[in-house]
Formats: sequence, C-alpha cells, structure tokens
Amino acid sequence: MDYAIEAEGLRRTYRSRTGWLRPRTTEVHAVRGVDLTVGRGELFGLLGPNGAGKTTTIKMLNTLLIPSAGTARICGFDVVKQTREVRRRIGYVFGGDRGLYERLTALDNLRYFAELYGVPARDQKRRIAELLELVKLTGRENERVEGYSRGMRQRLHIARGLLHEPEVIFLDEPSIGVDPVAARDLRATVANLAATGTTVLLTTHYMAEADELCDRIAVISEGEIQALGTPAELRHRADGRRVLEIEAYGVPTDALEDLQKLPGVREAAVEERGQVQVVTVQSDADADVQADVLRRLNGVRIGRVTSREPTLEDAYVAIIAAASRVAA
Amino acid sequence: MKTLRMLLMGMLFHLKHSSRSPFEIGSFVVVPIVQATLAVYLFRAAAEPQKLLQAAVGAGMMGVWSSVLFGAGGAIQMQRWQGTLEMLMLAPRRPVMVFLPITLANGAMGSYALLATLAWGRVLYGIELDFAHPFAFPVAALVTVLSLGAFGILLASLFILVRHANAFMNALEYPIWLLSGMLLPIASLPAWTGPIAAALPTTWGARALREATAGGAVWPSLGLCAVISAVCLGLGALALVHVERKARAAATLALA
Repeated sequence: MDYAIEAEGLRRTYRSRTGWLRPRTTEVHAVRGVDLTVGRGELFGLLGPNGAGKTTTIKMLNTLLIPSAGTARICGFDVVKQTREVRRRIGYVFGGDRGLYERLTALDNLRYFAELYGVPARDQKRRIAELLELVKLTGRENERVEGYSRGMRQRLHIARGLLHEPEVIFLDEPSIGVDPVAARDLRATVANLAATGTTVLLTTHYMAEADELCDRIAVISEGEIQALGTPAELRHRADGRRVLEIEAYGVPTDALEDLQKLPGVREAAVEERGQVQVVTVQSDADADVQADVLRRLNGVRIGRVTSREPTLEDAYVAIIAAASRVAA
Repeated sequence: MKTLRMLLMGMLFHLKHSSRSPFEIGSFVVVPIVQATLAVYLFRAAAEPQKLLQAAVGAGMMGVWSSVLFGAGGAIQMQRWQGTLEMLMLAPRRPVMVFLPITLANGAMGSYALLATLAWGRVLYGIELDFAHPFAFPVAALVTVLSLGAFGILLASLFILVRHANAFMNALEYPIWLLSGMLLPIASLPAWTGPIAAALPTTWGARALREATAGGAVWPSLGLCAVISAVCLGLGALALVHVERKARAAATLALA
C-alpha cells in the first residue's frame, strides 16, 4: 500500500544540562518507539494526555526534530535526509495564540508565507482568496492579527498551513482553547480536508473530536502507542464493563485509591467540571458496585448518580490507566 | 528572479513588521539623537570641532551595527517567542534564503539610524554636512548597510543555536563599536586588536564612510567591506545548514 506517513521505531530523548561546576545531565524519554503507518487521504488521530509524546511525534514527522532513533518517511521521503522534499509536501498547524505575525494583517501573513512556501506568484492571489473563503475570514483579511479571537487565529493557522496545497497536514491540537462553535467549524474544515484527499494527522485530547473525525486513532501514553484502531474497535476495549458516574463535591484525594480496591472495580477517575467533581467508576458489567462506591464516599456531598454503557472516552481512560500502571 | 522577489518581499515584510512596534519606533526616534549628542560632546571635549561630521557618521555607523546585531539576534529570538521560528524553518528553502530578508531588513533600518543621526546632528548642533565625496557617500552607505545585512547571517546562525541569544548579543555590541573604529580611531587601540579589526566588515565600512566624509580613497575600503561580507554570507549560509540540523537535534527551535 502507498502510505503518506510511515514511522518505524521512532524515539526521541531530550537531554538537558544544569550546573556549571558539577554539570548534571537529565534525560527525558518523550517518545519510546512509535510505529505507525497512515494511508493517503486518511484522517488519523493521535490521542493522548498532556506529555504523552504527541507533539514530539508530530515534530519528528514534520522535520522540526531529528529522532534519537528510528526512521520516518513522508510520501516516501526520509524526514532526516530529504528534509526539503518532505517540507514541500507537508503543512503544520498548531494550537494556541502563537505562530503568527500579530502586528500585521492576515493578508500580510498569508502573502509572506505563500512566497516563503514557494507558491508561484501568479497563483498566490487566487490561492489566498480561496483559503480565506475556506476558513471564513473573507472580509477580515485586512485586520491586524492581534485583534483576532482565538478561533480566528486558529482558522488563519489552517489557511497558512494549506497555502502550498500540502499532501499531508499535521494538526497539533488545533481546537485547544477554542469556543464550542469555533471548534465545530474547525472540525468541519478538517473533515473537508480529508474529503478532498489531503492526509491529516490530528493530535487532540478531546475524545469527541477524535471520535467524530478520525478514520483510525492511535492512543499514545508514556511515549508509546498503547492502542490503535478505528473508533469502533477502540470502543470494544471497554466491552464487558459498566460505568457509574457520580456528581460529587469535595472528594478527598485518597478516595480514588479506596474505590479502585473495591471488588469488581476496574478503573476510577475524578474530573473537575467547574464547581462539581465527577467520579467515574468502571466496573465489570455483571458487578453492581454502586452501593459499595457510595458507602466509600460517605461524608462527601453527592449529586446525580447515573449508570451507563461505556463510551470511547471510557475505553481511552481504561487504556491510559493501564499504561500508567505498567509504567509505575 | 524568483529568489530576488522572495528576498525583496521578505525584507519588506520584516521592515513592515518592525515599523508597527511602538518600542522600535521609540528607539528609532531616541537613539539617533543620543548618538548625535554623544558624537558632538565627545569631539567638542577633545577640542576637535572640525571632526564633528566624521563623529556623527561614526555614531550613525554605531546605529547601523546595533540594528544589524540586535536584528540578527533579537529578531530571531523574537521569532522564537512568537512561535514563528518553527514555521520559518518549515519553508522548503535553504535556511539562508529564509533569514537573509530579516538581516537585510535590519540593515535597512540601520541606514535610517545613520541618516537620522546626521539629520539630528545638523538640526540640533549645526553640524555642516559638507562631505569630501558627496556622491561616494550614499553609495558607501548603501553598500555598507547591505554588507552588514549579509554579515548578520553569520550572527543569525549563532543565535538560532543558542537559546539565550540575548547574552551574546549584548556582549557583542560595544566591542565591535570600539574595534571597528566607529567612534575612536583604531590607532588609539592596543596593537593586538588590529588583526581582529581588519577581519571585520564593520571596520572597512566605517572607514569607507569616514573617507567619503573627510577625504581619502573610498572604493578600496568599500570593496574590502563587500568582499568580507560576501565571505561571511557564504560562511553564514553553510553554518545555517549545520546549525539548523543541530537545532533540530537539540530541540532549540521552540521555546518549550
């Protein structure tokens, strides 16, 4: 098969030195052997918690970082030896406010990068107009970027990443910090890209985003791919489980450990949602753990309690928790 | 043609970006006045009023050097802070083609510093602008500024590699002012500084401008300035390829 992205045994270690008289070198193994292939036109998700190695993996694939070990090819070109060939074929979009010339307009930014990325002069005007239309910034292109909202900046990032019509685009958490409406627009733009044949590698830690968009997802944690498959295949990882969700206020830090020790309980996690904490307990489908769990949370103010079928998010939590246990 | 277009567009883009910074605009207004004042009082104190114009030109050159130095270092550090350094490096171009427009833009801003220092010297202190070679002076100024822009590439290669480029940048400003004889005659410096001064394009650029101001053979000095800068550009281009690879290996392109 003709792959757009191929990675074999990709590793990256960061070394930092501190101290002058007694220098000490510390090593962080950010990526510990990633193997993956992404087909042409595929929308591939790289899902994982903060610090899992998602951005490092992307930066090795897009030539910004040289791998400590392993090899990677984009459209058949080696990312270390054939850098310029790779760069001609890729676009890179990252989340957040940075990466643009704020004091200049969107049009200035796009014109400059079009020139830099080798878009022929005769095509620049048409291409920029098309992209402004695609990312819904037509009419706002003469405003300075510093006045743009986070969502508008993100859309401008995407337009910039597509200027030279790349075959492969890397989207590194493009919806981070973007409001729900803008995030929905972003997802629609990304889906359109894949529909028109662009290969997309998307990193995110938003489960719904990955579930809605991706053909296949790799869950990465502790620098390694822990699971890889279609969203439906990953969801099966949580088969045979039930999920108990409890809204609570003031859950003590040691409560989770207690909950995890209960018979029938597979995982327990707590998530802050504004004022409320949501305790999620995954258990064997045939075990009724609700009474035991509530007993252990005695003294904690409890809100709504629901029992439901597991989702992709629960499968993800299970995969990440298992990886953390192995690493510990 | 495509290359020239890219260089020109890139230079104009970075000039435009700098011109929108209140800090840069403030510096543009204040620094030439300070430099003109410095030149005037140094030479008045030395009771050499006939050398006021030379002093003003020297002070202007200091401005050109500061602009190139802080441009090469500061602008690249700024690209890193803005998160644009990685986006620049992702361009499918030779690294020198990406960074030369930035250092040329800084050279162009430096030429403004030179002109503004002379203008303020005339307006505030009545310095007579009677150049010995009035036609050679603008040519010398243009070539010097372009040459220093090219020299900036060599500096840029150092600054991409070093995450805390500011420390190096600050340490290089005053020594080059002194070594190149921008304000003080090179003859008044210790003999061991001579070979270092001779290897710097700033020395020959400053000398060409001084000769265009006070009289002397402008073109040999200017030629040497251009040749040394061309060598620096070549070395810088090679160094940038090496340095870009090292920066990718050491992960110094981004802040975090």
